[in-house]
Parts: sequence; structure tokens; C-alpha cells
Amino acid sequence: MSQSSPSVQTGLRITRALGHARYALAANPVTLCAVLLFMFVLGCAIFGPMLAPYDPLQTNGAMALKAPSWQHWFGTDQLGRDVFSRVLVAARLDLTIAFSAVIIAFIIGSTMGAVAGFFGGWSDLAVSRVCDTIMAFPLFVLAMGIVAAAGNSVINIVYATALINIPFYARMARAEVNVRRNAGFVHAARLAGNSEWRLLAVHIFPNTLPPMMVQVSLNLGWAILNAAGLSFIGLGVRPPDAEWGIMVAEGANFIVSGEWWMALFPGAALMLAVFSFNLLGDGLRDLVDPQKRT
Amino acid sequence: MALGVKSRLILSRLAQALPALAGIVVVTFILTRALPGDPAAYFAGPAADARSIAQIREQLGLDRPLPVQFLSYVTDLLQGDLGRSISTGQPVAEALMQRLPASLELTLFALLLSALIAIPLGVAAARRPDSWVDQACRLLVTAGVSLPTFFTGLLLVYVFYFILGWAPPPLGRLDLIYLSPPQVTGFFTIDALLDRDFATFRAALAQLVLPAMTLALFTLAPIARMTRASMIQALGSEFIRTARASGLSERRIVYTYAFRNAMLPVVTTLGMVFSFMLGANVLVEKVFAWPGIGSFAVEALVVSDYAAVQGFVLAMAVLFVLLNLLIDVVYTLADPRVGMEG
Amino acid sequence: MSGSLLQVENLTVEFRTRNGIVRAVERVDLSVGRGETLAIVGESGSGKSVTSYAVMRILDSAGSIAQGSVMFSGIDVANADEDTMATLRGREISMVFQNPRLALNPIRKIGRQIEDVLIRHVQATHNNAKQKAIELLAKVRIARPEERYDAYPFELSGGMCQRVVIALALACKPRLLIADEPTTGLDVRTQKAVMDLIVELVAEQGMSMILITHDLGLAAAYCERVIVMEKGRVVEAASAASVFKDPQEPYTKRLVRATPRPGVSLRDLLPDPEIPYAAQTPRTESVEGQPLLEVRDLVKSFAPAQSASLLSRFMNKSVAEPARSVDGISFTLAKGETLGLVGESGCGKSTTSAMIMRLLDPTSGSIFFAGRDIGAIPARSFARDADRARLQLVFQDPTDSLNPRFTAARAIADPLYRLGGVTRADEARTAVEEIAKMVGLPHDLLDRFPHQLSGGQKARVGIARAMVLRPDLVVLDEPTAALDVSVQAIVLNLLADLRAELGMSYLFVSHDLQVVRMLCDRALVMRAGRIVEEGSAAAVLEDPQHAYTRELVSAIPHPPL
Repeated sequence: MSQSSPSVQTGLRITRALGHARYALAANPVTLCAVLLFMFVLGCAIFGPMLAPYDPLQTNGAMALKAPSWQHWFGTDQLGRDVFSRVLVAARLDLTIAFSAVIIAFIIGSTMGAVAGFFGGWSDLAVSRVCDTIMAFPLFVLAMGIVAAAGNSVINIVYATALINIPFYARMARAEVNVRRNAGFVHAARLAGNSEWRLLAVHIFPNTLPPMMVQVSLNLGWAILNAAGLSFIGLGVRPPDAEWGIMVAEGANFIVSGEWWMALFPGAALMLAVFSFNLLGDGLRDLVDPQKRT
Repeated sequence: MALGVKSRLILSRLAQALPALAGIVVVTFILTRALPGDPAAYFAGPAADARSIAQIREQLGLDRPLPVQFLSYVTDLLQGDLGRSISTGQPVAEALMQRLPASLELTLFALLLSALIAIPLGVAAARRPDSWVDQACRLLVTAGVSLPTFFTGLLLVYVFYFILGWAPPPLGRLDLIYLSPPQVTGFFTIDALLDRDFATFRAALAQLVLPAMTLALFTLAPIARMTRASMIQALGSEFIRTARASGLSERRIVYTYAFRNAMLPVVTTLGMVFSFMLGANVLVEKVFAWPGIGSFAVEALVVSDYAAVQGFVLAMAVLFVLLNLLIDVVYTLADPRVGMEG
Repeated sequence: MSGSLLQVENLTVEFRTRNGIVRAVERVDLSVGRGETLAIVGESGSGKSVTSYAVMRILDSAGSIAQGSVMFSGIDVANADEDTMATLRGREISMVFQNPRLALNPIRKIGRQIEDVLIRHVQATHNNAKQKAIELLAKVRIARPEERYDAYPFELSGGMCQRVVIALALACKPRLLIADEPTTGLDVRTQKAVMDLIVELVAEQGMSMILITHDLGLAAAYCERVIVMEKGRVVEAASAASVFKDPQEPYTKRLVRATPRPGVSLRDLLPDPEIPYAAQTPRTESVEGQPLLEVRDLVKSFAPAQSASLLSRFMNKSVAEPARSVDGISFTLAKGETLGLVGESGCGKSTTSAMIMRLLDPTSGSIFFAGRDIGAIPARSFARDADRARLQLVFQDPTDSLNPRFTAARAIADPLYRLGGVTRADEARTAVEEIAKMVGLPHDLLDRFPHQLSGGQKARVGIARAMVLRPDLVVLDEPTAALDVSVQAIVLNLLADLRAELGMSYLFVSHDLQVVRMLCDRALVMRAGRIVEEGSAAAVLEDPQHAYTRELVSAIPHPPL
């Protein structure tokens, strides 16, 4: 596609992008924090199981319900398991659920939306109907219904979370494609002999990616909250597996008697993860929003 | 004439809710009958043996072809029949109706609370972008959407009940020492006031505050964010410049000109807020043992009471469609441009 | 000058941006006497609007008056408190804005908006405000003012909205009216009506006026004195009568030269007239044999906007006629000829060009290109047609027509890969560099993205992309409408040179008769989907036959020359 030496051009483009990112991060310390926080959460998900000081499933009756100490940083639960190890290990499961759900939703939703927004007609009608139907439900409630009907398993949590995220991507892609459908550069590309599918894939879709990426970042946080919420009410993840939502649910029974650590630490971890995604999304939005750029 | 156009528009809005309702019926039908697995076994519950499963199958018509099943499903729904709960034996529709006021009271109170905080906050932030109010608003908004409701609820319980002892125990709508007020609206606070029973009113309100705060914290964020964004946009628009150049007072510019324009997009996002709220409602009701339809569903989930869960999903969806309809009607009445352009 | 009403001295306005402080206005001096009319003229970014906002003290929060004084009738505007300013605005100084539709509150009745101003400045009480508002609407010549009182801005045309804004500005009989590009975006006839109205009301009430505009012709036609601004500074102040005849400063000279006006050729618009004009003589000799393009009975009708739902469609029983935006037009275009298509917005000229370019399917009629009816080929499959490469278009908005993620070189090369049979990158690069040279685009700009290019450079990229395949027919759809007048002069000349060099035919779509006269051989005048007049480009402008064309020609501002 590119002229002269593609590698030099790509190189140039990457340097330019990095330069812009560095400039943007330096100008906005909050976004820098968000990036660091995001890396930290990601690091926990990747290396958590290796770093955990105890086996997250190992029960120990003698050490049940101990408050945080040097030995057990986050205390122990009613079965004497180490809360710190469990919180650390749970990061992987929670993030895996959220990432897979959002990736599935992004691929299906943005394809549906892009086609609907570009070609219009019956494809638009069909996509809009599907989205409207999904959005006619309070989304968390729909996810509950799906998991209850399809069977109580982690994979069904992923599918349910993906499904309730699809309309966001479909609507956004549809709108972003639709505003560009009659842009001058699209007509120009048509005059240059590009086929309709090529117009959509090469000329329009890449231009919609920046706002879509903002949505991905914001949705990741929401997806984790959803998955954790589902397991909090007893869907999906089963004990004794370590997962933040179910750990908070288990700790909830002890909070009225003062054993706060069992619920606090997994809850705080969950909050931190979601917070980092949302902060990152906000930062990306500032970068992408052309009004704020200059 | 203008009224004629508006009332026609409202009628067409009502008509537009029909496809949504149809979609809901189809989806819930798929959820109950058409998924892989044996629905008869689901309906019969985990304790059932082969004979009772077969009996259920026949009783529900699950052995007949899907279109026939769909027809009888729709007929049942039209008669208000959502099936029977296997754990209590009570009709699901009846149980939901009994518990609905509790959920509505909580949700509406929380919405009121969050709107009262979020809208002024958003306006204040928009009037002075990058000021400390704006930064505080931004922080609160980002933190607000990051809070898992069930976790905030527990934190509030721990602080206000266990440590400070200000709040009553998180066990339902009314402490056991009080009698429920005579039912008029089903909202304990309002019914107690109507009954001039102020002790009960205070007790009901005390129970309501923590769960409502939990829900409100969660919905604060989207409302404040949207108010701020659309207020900034309204204040930056050209008609505000005209108003300023005409020397109109700051009050008139901000409230009559900018605020009314800014509220229109906020009204449309209320639909999303309701969606979040009804979902979060389930979690909050579980944390506070609030006897609404959300905790009904959670209890049903625990005992695999299939008909109850699906009835709950359907009821929530219908409730949500009605709320959206209300938003649409409000919007149609508030914006002179709707349906007039082109 | 009978004592000055407004005295601006040494005014400097600064804006805080991410890249530090930017001076938008620097050391500007100006004064307006009682009853005097002054025009501030400049191209985009010259600081002319910022100057007026500073006078009103309605700069946005990033901007501030850094130094200098603004005295209005004894009041120190630069240092006055906000209360004083709020009483001054609308009461003593008021403003008319560009883009009237957006300048009014969209969800408030226009009558109420006028009342707000009247009541604020105690010109009316709640009892008689409505009556006064209706009187004002009548004064700005809005028909049926009692009915219009209840209208919302979206129910009115652009010209009508501008009248409402004028009513708002004149409600309290201020002493100074600032009109900031009041007619930009309006059609030439509406422009004339609005300008005539403003000038008449200003004279009637003995007000002073500042007219801010990019159009030197408009400024000289309607004001007594003219100030020319460039890059935040005043470069020249002169009387309207002398600015065209005897401009003093080099910048003003260039601006005057570049302004299209009667009796000048394209080459005269350029600052350096020594360059020989390649095709000075009209090139109509090649009109022989088969025309390159023949359009017969072309019709495009659009279905009325579909109602939202079945129910509302059912209830609105009356089925609206499909609107005909192009209503049976026929014309021919010879090889090597340049044909102008002139009309106001909404006359169907852009729809016509889109159909000829095969971006839009006609409802009926035929389009013969080199003898073949290409109108019958669906627009969707024309991308793979053999004639695709021979028909190209230069777009109106150079920014909108470039893919923000493509470099200039990639944008120009796209047609080469898709239609030109080019597969190798070095081959494409050679062709791109060749055409870039022809359109005057330096090679080092080729690897830039659109946002790194100026408006004129983007226009050149768009032209290069259209010309790289050496098409036979190029449709130019208002190619200079979004450009400053000095850039317009250069781009028009470039187009004329390319035509001479490559031997193409042009269909030039424009609203500007003066520009059409300079670039085109023949012209068609379009109104409401039909062609009302056809003739040589000079004849249409100088001796119009149809009443509508005469109206158009007389609406062009006539500066004292």
C-alpha cells in the first residue's frame, strides 16, 4: 500500500505515535497513573499465581478468621485460607472473563454495526432490531436470565457478558460509520475505484477505531463488574475457586460481626481494577477527542 | 394544532414500545424453552425424579412442537400467568406483585437522591471547567462507576451499622418492632405518612437510607457526567454567545437558556441509568435483605427455581420498557423539535 | 468625524492554549464615529472577530485583553465590571452573528427570545413585551409577525433567522451594531436582502456599525471606511472609495487583486501578473462532432422523509409527493470545454454533479458520456466500470474529502492502484510526484497527513488525486468555496493551467457568477431543479435574459470601483 519504502514509513509512523503518546502522557499525569495502574493489574493477572505466598485453596482450621498480620497480609477466611493469595490469584480469572467477553462483543458488535451503518436498508433494520431487543432488558438482569437458563458455568458468564455488551459496539460502530458514509473522502475513494466493501474496510472502519477503543476500555471495567456481580449472587464461578465477587459474597456474612477483611480486600481489588480501566478510558477519550487536542 | 401533532407523536411512541415487548416475549421464550438442555428438568427443580419431570413436561406442553408451545406461552402471559414457583408453590406473578412496591420504593428514592446531587454537581462543574469543583466531579464520577454496588453496600453497613451504630441492622424494610403501615401505595414511607404514623415513617426511612445511598452512588456517575458534558456543550454554543451579547443576566443565560437545552440529552440517557439501576437493584437487595423482586430472584436462583427466575426477568424487562416509554413521552413533550423537522 | 463613539487603542488580545500563549490581536487601533459605518476585513485567522468580541468583552474564558484600552462613549470597557458590561451589551452595543440558525436558542419561541432582551433592558414590561416583540418582527420585515412570534428557529429559513437575530440586536435601539459575517453561508439574494435591511435600519436609527467580513467587495459596498487586518494586526485603514482604487499596503493590494470583480481575467487575480496565461483566448473552437457529455431529461426525486413508525404513517394519511430536486434538465458539454453550472443552495446543482459522477442514481433520464449511456449503470457497480477513470471530481471541502488516516501521497496514489493498473510502489511514487509537481505541491509535503497541511495544500492534494489518472471530464464542485480569497485566486489559476496542459473538460459547479465568468466558456443557470438560462459565461453575467438571473446578478455586491 504505502510508497517508497514501507518499512521506513511504518517506522516513522510508530515513532510519531510514540512521540505523541509521550507528549500526551506528560501533559496529563492522571492518564499516566491510569497506565501504570493498568500495568499493575495486568501484572497481577499474569504473575499472580507465581507470586502468591500460599496455596489459595489450602484450608487450615487452626488459622480460620484471623485478622491481617505480617504472616497473612489480608488475613484469613472462615476456612483459614490466605485472603492475600486468593485476591492475587483471582485477578487472572476476573480479567480473563472480562477480556474474552469484551473481545467477543467488540468483534461481533462492531462488524454488525459497521455493516448496518454503511449499507443501511434491511441489514440496518435487522441489526437495530437485535440491539433494541437486547437493550429492552435491564442488561444485568438479562445476563442473570441467560446464565440461569444456559447453565451455571464460567463460560456462560463470558457469553452472557459478551451478549449484553454487543449493542454498545453495534450502535457506536453504526453511528461512527454512518456519519462518515457520505464524507467527501469516501466519495473520493469511490471515484478512485474502490469497491463498496473495500470502502468500508479500508477507508471508513479504521477511522472509527479511536472512539471504539475508548469504549473498549470503559466496557472492560463494566464487564468485570458484571461478572463479579453475577458470581456475587451465586452464578458462574463456584466455590472454592477464588474470584473477587464470590469472595465478597462469602465475606458479606461476616461483616456484621466485624470480620471486615474478608470482604474488603477482594472488593478493593475489584474496585482498583475497574477504576484503572475507567481512568484509562477517560485518558484515551481526551487523546481521541479532537476538541481537546489543541 | 401543535397539540394534535404532539398527541399523535405520543401515540406513535406508545406504538413503538410494542416491538420491544414482542422482542422481550420472544427472548424469554427462548430462554425458557429453546436452549439446549431439558427445560422440564429445569422447571421441576433439582430434587425432582424422572416421573415428576415427565409430569412437568406434559403439564407445560414441552412435548409439543415449539410454535405451539410459543402460542400457549403467549396465551399464558396475556392472562398474567407466569407459572408457579416450585419452592413456595405460589404463582410467580402474585409473588412479584407483592414484592414490587419494595423495589420501586428503593429505586425511585435512590434516583431522586442521585439526581438531586448529580445535576447541581454537573452544572457547577460545567460552569467552571478545570476548577476544583470540576476535578472533584470528575473524580467522583470515575470512582462512582468503578464501585461494585454490592461492595459499597457492605462498606456502608460496616461503617454506619457496625462501627458507628447509626443505621439499623441491614435486614429488610422495617424493624420487627414496627407494624407495616396500612397499604395504600405500597411504599412504606408514604403509607406511614398518610397514616400519620411518624415513628413508623422514621423507622422505614432509616432502613431505606443505606440501600438508597448505595444505589444512588452508583447512578450518580452517569447522571453527573452527562449533565456536565451537555451543559458544557450548551454553554459553549452560539446561542449562548448571542444571549451574552444581548446582555441577558447570568441567571437567565445559565438556567433558562443553557440548562433547559442541556437537560434534553440528559433525559435520553436516563434510560441507560434505569437499566443500570434495575440491575444493581438485585445486588443491593441481596446485601440489605430487602424484600423486593431482586432478592426474590436471588433466592430463587439459590434453589434453582427456574420459573421464578424467568418470571422475574420478564417482569423487569416489562418494567424497563414502561420506564423508557415514560422517558420518551417526557422528551417528546419537552423538545419542540421532535417530529417537526424535515 | 463628529466625535468618536468607540475608541480602541493599542488593543492586544491573548489566548491561553496548550502550546502556550497565542496573540490573536496585536496593537490594534480603531475608532468609530457616531453614525459612522466601518468594515473590518481580513481572511480567516486575521483576528477580526476576536477584536469585536473584545469590544463586547465576550471572549471565551481562555482569552483576555492583555493590554490597550477600549473606550465606548466614556466608559472604559476593558476595565469595567461585569454588571456595567451586562447593561451595555444589548442596550448600547449589540451584535449580529454568522450562522443565524445556531445563534438562536433552539427550544425557545423566537418571540420569547426577543422579549427576554426587551425586559432585561427595561424596554418593555411583561404586559406590553409581546406587542413590542411583534412590532420588532414586523420591522425586520418578517411576514405575518403575530404567527411567527410562536415559531421556533428550526421552523424558519436561514435568512429569516438572521432577521430575528437582527431584531434581537436592534430591540433596545443600541448606539453601535457589530455585524460579524452576518451573511456568510447565505445565498447571494438573501445576502443582499439582509445587508440592505441592516444598513437601512442602522441609518434610520442613526446608529454606528462595524461590519466584520472576509469579503472586501461587500465591505466596500456597504461601509464608509474599511480597515484591513492580517495576522492580528491592522495593515491598512482607508475610505471605502479608495481601498479598491488605490490600496497602499502590499497585503491590501494582494487582497484587492484576488477579489473577483467585473472586467478582470483569472490571471489578474494573482499577485504577480507577469506569468503568461496559457489559454487566454476562449477555447470554444473544438466544439465539433460528438459532445463529450450529453445529459437528457435528467430527473432526481427524493422520497419524503419516512415517518418513524407504521402507526404514524398510517395516521398521516396524506402521502407527500416525492420532491424533485432535479427536474428534467438537458445540456451538452463539448470536448475541451468548460461549462459553468450556477445556482443558489438547494437548486439541484450538486445533485446533478453527483449523478453525472455516478455517485447517485438518476430517477429518470440519461447521461451519455462519449456516446455511452452511463446513467443506466448503477452507481454501486460503477467503481469497476471502464469509464470510472475518465470521470473524476474535485470536492468542495478539501478537509472533508481527504481520509484523515491517509498521507497525501497515499490519497493521490489510491486511484492509480485501483484504476490505473499500477501495482508497484515505485511506479506509483513516480506518478504521484509528477502530478504533485504539476499542481505545485512540494514533494516533502507528500508524506504528511491532512491535519498537517494548510487549506490550500489540501485543495492541491484533492486536485492532484482527481487529475492523476488524466481523466477526460472533471467536475469541480465549488472547489474554492471553503478557501480564503487569496488561495482561491491561486487554485482557480491552477485549474485553468491544468486544463490547458492536459486538455480536459470541466463542469464547474458554483454559486459565484463572477468566478464562473472568469473560468468558464459557457454557463447554465439553475433554479429549483431546472435550467432557466444558458449562454456564454460572459453574456450570462453581463446581459442576463431571465428575470431570475438578473436578480442574481444585481445581488452581487457592487463596491465603488
